[in-house]
Amino acid sequence: MEKKSARILVFSTEKISDPAIDMAGLLKLHYPPTVYTIAVPCSSGIKPRWIMHAYEQGFDGVFIAADGSDCTYGESCTEKTGRLVEVTHQMMKGRNIDPARLRMAAICSVCSESFVKQIKSFNQYLLQSTKS
Amino acid sequence: MNKRLGVYICHCGGNISDYVDVEKVKESIEGEEGVFLAKTTMFACSDATQKEMVEDIRNNNLDGLVVASCSPKLHLLTFRAVSERALLNKYNYVHANIREQGSWAHSDDKAGATAKAIQLVRSAVAKVRLARSLDPIIIPSKKAVAVIGAGVAGMRAAIELSDMGCPVTLIEREHFVGGRTSQWDILFTTNQTGKELVTKLYNDIAGRDNITLITGAEVISNTGSIGDFVLKIRVTPRYIMDKCDENNLAKAIEVCPVVVPDNFNFTITSRKAIYHNFPSEYPHYPVIDIENCTRCGECEKVCKSVDFSQQEQIVEVNVGSVMMATGFDPYTPGEGEFGYKLSDFAVTLPQFKRITDLNEGRLVYKGKEIRNIAYIYCVGSRQSEGDNNYCSRYCCTSAIHASLEAKRKFSNISNFHFTRGVRTYGKQELLYAESLRMGDIYFQAYEENPPSVDVNNGEISVSINDIMTGGREITVEPDLLVLVTGMVPRSDNSVASIFKLPKGRDRFFNEIHMKLRPVETVIDGITICGACQGPKNITESVNSALSAAAKSFSFVNKGQLALEPIIAEVDKETCNWCGKCQEACPFDAVKMVKEGEKEVAVINNSVCKGCGMCLPVCPVNAIDLIAFSDNEIENMIDALSSNI
Repeated sequence: MEKKSARILVFSTEKISDPAIDMAGLLKLHYPPTVYTIAVPCSSGIKPRWIMHAYEQGFDGVFIAADGSDCTYGESCTEKTGRLVEVTHQMMKGRNIDPARLRMAAICSVCSESFVKQIKSFNQYLLQSTKS
Repeated sequence: MNKRLGVYICHCGGNISDYVDVEKVKESIEGEEGVFLAKTTMFACSDATQKEMVEDIRNNNLDGLVVASCSPKLHLLTFRAVSERALLNKYNYVHANIREQGSWAHSDDKAGATAKAIQLVRSAVAKVRLARSLDPIIIPSKKAVAVIGAGVAGMRAAIELSDMGCPVTLIEREHFVGGRTSQWDILFTTNQTGKELVTKLYNDIAGRDNITLITGAEVISNTGSIGDFVLKIRVTPRYIMDKCDENNLAKAIEVCPVVVPDNFNFTITSRKAIYHNFPSEYPHYPVIDIENCTRCGECEKVCKSVDFSQQEQIVEVNVGSVMMATGFDPYTPGEGEFGYKLSDFAVTLPQFKRITDLNEGRLVYKGKEIRNIAYIYCVGSRQSEGDNNYCSRYCCTSAIHASLEAKRKFSNISNFHFTRGVRTYGKQELLYAESLRMGDIYFQAYEENPPSVDVNNGEISVSINDIMTGGREITVEPDLLVLVTGMVPRSDNSVASIFKLPKGRDRFFNEIHMKLRPVETVIDGITICGACQGPKNITESVNSALSAAAKSFSFVNKGQLALEPIIAEVDKETCNWCGKCQEACPFDAVKMVKEGEKEVAVINNSVCKGCGMCLPVCPVNAIDLIAFSDNEIENMIDALSSNI
């Protein structure tokens, strides 16, 4: 049977992007119910092995809802999160996983609409790529 | 050793169970490894359920607890406290958010919302199985609070904090304190004037050593976090010396060629670029509006107190908590909205209040004596389209009060109220009753059939199909039409982006929960109060200010804060010092030490902030973050994918 929605693991951040995802719910901005969130303190502390583990367990995509320039831990967060995404992309290529199945976007604490828009577009991409 | 876990799944009234089959969630979870008991509950946060949880933990020797309910931002601390009351270390509690990220986000798909809730609870169970007992980290907290906005809410909060022995920096963007209240004459229910209220608060503040008031001041940056905020404040000078010769100043105002609309009077009058404050505005020093000043030099010729050499200053303030009390703007109707701007005699409620305040004896506006006044309610509030679909709460009472004051102050006034139902709640109902006794006429229409306004040759007529008289069409030709406008968020709310404050659907600042955590924001250490949070009257604003003062004080009063013991830890067996973790750490929390012949990384627990930046850079995966270890995260991922 054709999938209605892709299974997406979101790494959110406790202080910045998770409140935005909460607010998306508060505002009843709907997105696929197969999107699951694990909140961590900072997006630059996500280990590539966690992302790879998600693919091994059958997740179609991983989305990093990054702190961006709002990070309370410092300005280097954006660069460091970008670097871990790069490292993960290399690991994905090594295992023949489409690097586009990992997406990152800065989601600030009020970016609920942006989060939902990003997730819907990611979901569309993943559904199409698994179909082809 | 396997843990004995208790799992509670909340209905949240119907907020969760209207969309998530909570019984199905319970049944799905009962067989999970370690789950000793699973229960559903109508309100997990209720006192009765909390007591039940404490008893369950004690009676069954539970050593792990999961509550699946609303966002952890709301109730993580509640259920951690439950654990502590049951003598269970609070870090053996894990929260599953099945409301904001479950039932509400997927209210369009009940089966999907239920399936997701099951996975989220399984994931929380997977995490709590591996949770360990921890002690919090204690950090110093600066015993000082910054209050942004010196209207009645901000001033009252500053006084309250001062009474509690807390130093306060009161920051006001304008050159005068008092905010909107300084613009009002007689207030309901006290009958004191706005001037009297502001004067009382200002004099109280001026006599206190532990309140520093900075006017003409704007916060331009914030660094740090709860317990240690560092605010940079830009202070604009008044360009007039403190000891000013009032006679020469009067001459300077007279010769100033720049005339601009006076915002104090909501632009119904004008002022010069150099201007004196109104009697209700403090401090009592004049100011030059440098944005509009052309620097023609005329004022300098007649007044030696004018001093253009004064420079902008940047002031730094270090506080443990920040309170936002930045107020509101009155709604400005669009051109043609109920005749606004089509006639000089269509004004807003705040303008009408200034008109009645400025007149004595007879009510005259733009040369015309005003006798018949029509009021159209809910302008800019309860709109069916656009952003302002909320009720502004204060305007019904304010309009009735203003109409009564006009009737008391001037003779031969007739008031005609075109309403959508009057909302004078509580004691304000007495005012409505008085208005009826005084002979004011009330009409009412539904949302879909509001009153219409025609303007012909400058003459206004207001028509309504009045539902009180069976839909009969009634037309009034008033001398003055007052548009009863509501509250909207400040047009310049740039301070919100500095603190990353979330806003609600109404675009006012958003509290964590309107009943349970009404003055806290998701940004730790920042509280909100007054009308920046949503429409409020003065009494309600002051009540919320007192609440926010108490909450901000609770962040700083002990001089220290207990923080999460979520820090990095190094596996010394695996670590072969390479220095990459040290390079990645923005807080200089990683040091190299010798363990016998081996060099390894060690974490300074009092400096580590628990960001985890050192984790992904370690080439041998020797670092974990407490509560976010590989084991915990990967077990959570396994649980989330368990039915794939």
